[in-house]
Amino acid sequence: MKSLAELAAIREKMQGKVVLREGSGDIRVVVGMATCGIAAGARPVLSTFVEEINNRDLAGKVTVSQTGCIGICQFEPVVEIYEADKEKVTYVKMTPDKAKEVIEKHLIGGKVIDEYTVSNI
Amino acid sequence: MVRAQVLICGGTGCTSSGSVKLIPEFEAQIAKNGLEDEIKIVKTGCFGLCELGPVVIVYPDGTFYSRVEESDVKEIVEEHLLKGRIVERLAYTDVAADAVVKGNVSLSDTRFYSKQKRVALRNCGVIDPENIEEYIAMDGYAALGKALTEMTPEEVIKTVMDSGLRGRGGGGFPTGLKWSFTAKNQADQKYVVCNADEGDPGAFMDRSVLEGDPHCLVEAMTICGYATGATEGYVYVRAEYPIAVARLQKAIDDARAYGLLGKNIFDSGFDFDLFIRLGAGAFVCGEETALMTSIEGNRGEPRPRPPYPAVKGLFGKPTTENNVETFANIPQIILKGAEFFNSMGTEKSKGTKVFALGGKINNTGLVEIPMGTTLREVIEDIGGGIPNGKKFKAAQTGGPSGGCLPASLLDIQIDYDNLVAQGAMMGSGGLIVMDEDTCMVDIAKFFLDFTVDESCGKCTPCRIGTKRLYEILEKITSGNGTLADLDEMESLCYYIKENSLCGLGQTAPNPVLSTYKQFKDEYIAHVVDKKCPAGVCKSLLSIVIEADKCKGCTLCSRVCPVGAISGTVKNPHVIDQSKCIKCGACIEKCKFGAISKK
Repeated sequence: MKSLAELAAIREKMQGKVVLREGSGDIRVVVGMATCGIAAGARPVLSTFVEEINNRDLAGKVTVSQTGCIGICQFEPVVEIYEADKEKVTYVKMTPDKAKEVIEKHLIGGKVIDEYTVSNI
Repeated sequence: MVRAQVLICGGTGCTSSGSVKLIPEFEAQIAKNGLEDEIKIVKTGCFGLCELGPVVIVYPDGTFYSRVEESDVKEIVEEHLLKGRIVERLAYTDVAADAVVKGNVSLSDTRFYSKQKRVALRNCGVIDPENIEEYIAMDGYAALGKALTEMTPEEVIKTVMDSGLRGRGGGGFPTGLKWSFTAKNQADQKYVVCNADEGDPGAFMDRSVLEGDPHCLVEAMTICGYATGATEGYVYVRAEYPIAVARLQKAIDDARAYGLLGKNIFDSGFDFDLFIRLGAGAFVCGEETALMTSIEGNRGEPRPRPPYPAVKGLFGKPTTENNVETFANIPQIILKGAEFFNSMGTEKSKGTKVFALGGKINNTGLVEIPMGTTLREVIEDIGGGIPNGKKFKAAQTGGPSGGCLPASLLDIQIDYDNLVAQGAMMGSGGLIVMDEDTCMVDIAKFFLDFTVDESCGKCTPCRIGTKRLYEILEKITSGNGTLADLDEMESLCYYIKENSLCGLGQTAPNPVLSTYKQFKDEYIAHVVDKKCPAGVCKSLLSIVIEADKCKGCTLCSRVCPVGAISGTVKNPHVIDQSKCIKCGACIEKCKFGAISKK
């Protein structure tokens, strides 16, 4: 190891991999992954979130986790977004494309996409 | 892309309760469900809650699964990892943090963790100890980089001095001051030595650091080398810690491969290398001069001080010797500054201290608390209290060199000086909790038995004095003691303390003196009334059957190994005291509570 820059490069590279264990990002994306969710296609939605968030270097800010059945099976895949001091946002009938849109507009842009939320059904 | 990580504890505690078997099972189940690309398995160091091992934590949810068995793995994978449903049956429940069960709350909200402050143990149970890059991701080696490229050796020493860090091995000597002594001495070669010869019964914090965060020690010793002008370091670790030795060796090899040990580290012109020396398990080798004698290849015996190691240490050269936990604090102090550290703790004891909680307590394990936390908080909140509704009697700190704190001192703030003032000591941090069923004379005898065994024999006061002291205690516990014996016992204690060559002998009588001070009435009961109030000392108790409670079921007479119980069916039984060996088997068997110790 000859320089601090080398050390910093390893740190950058690895940080994404350990950041999951810090537990609390500012934003939590929770994907419903019960039988109903999986049957309706929650798995690709979940992997889209995980991949996009890593690709866009949001891993330190956003935590993606999964949960069981929320109880609105007919609207699955359901994704809930928790943010400190803000009301929970529930997106329904999600697809990988919608997930990308949510990341772009909501998680990065800070604007809730009303037409996908549960209140709009 | 990894979306979840399964952390499995690979510390000694969980390994012995079977955690290594879980790893292949998790791998198999994860593969079976096609989740290999999404879930990563990480073997970590100790989480601290050894009582509940094997421990498995699933991130990002932070769900804490305890006592996980091989057969549970399938359910965790299928339910939690595949479907996102927490397996509540296995989730750690905590009265104060119910939400942990639901998985949305971090572990730090549980009673066990909430009062802790992890500095020395910050990476234990968080990173994979065998992966140097994970350590680097947690700001590892950044302190070394900072010290070598931005600070002079004097500045490093000043930072350590200002932090108020004191030796965590038990002595409590200011670390910065120690470093400055070695730095001042000119020599062609100087050394850094790490004392990882953790010998106190019940203490395992050093092992946890070595197993859970070995790079932290490599980094800290290199910083110490830079500050004091040493180019070689030795870690003296017990051969009984095979996992720790293997991980530390891997850490040293990896650090060399990454150029973090060796020549010209960080292009600063500073060279440093590190070696492991295995101890054969002699307690006396935890004493600094005996330890160095042992590293040199000689029989582990202490030598008189002065000269102190800072002047004439390992191989006759100036040497800095610190304990593992002391070193474990160094990188954080350098990285975050002295104020980070000295803002925690009490006036004269700064920072945190790791304790190994053991004995009669619910949460056996490893805890790190800010100095000044009360004994009550450690035992009742973090430790979860005494099992089976028994009453707290005393806490023993400092192992065979330490003393006891009785219930009246439960609100004592734990720091170096408060403990010494009460005749106990910080020691390396073993904290053994005792309940009302513990006989204090017996405890003193237990620790003395240990020091008699472990005395190296070099000096007479320790070699013969501790043996004579043990014999007095044996006389007392067998019911043959007199009041004169107590006086003789006390004066012998002071004689041994004042005349022994090294720390082993100088502290060996502490368990006796401290229990005698805090529980004098128990000693008196043993010699005057010939009774053991706790019902432990076998010669002083008799087991009797209460005739009116005995139904004559004959169970006790059948279980008695020496045939001391006689009686006929449906008639009260009697114990022949001359035959009874007081094993207590009959008490356990009796369904009517008719048999008791008197």
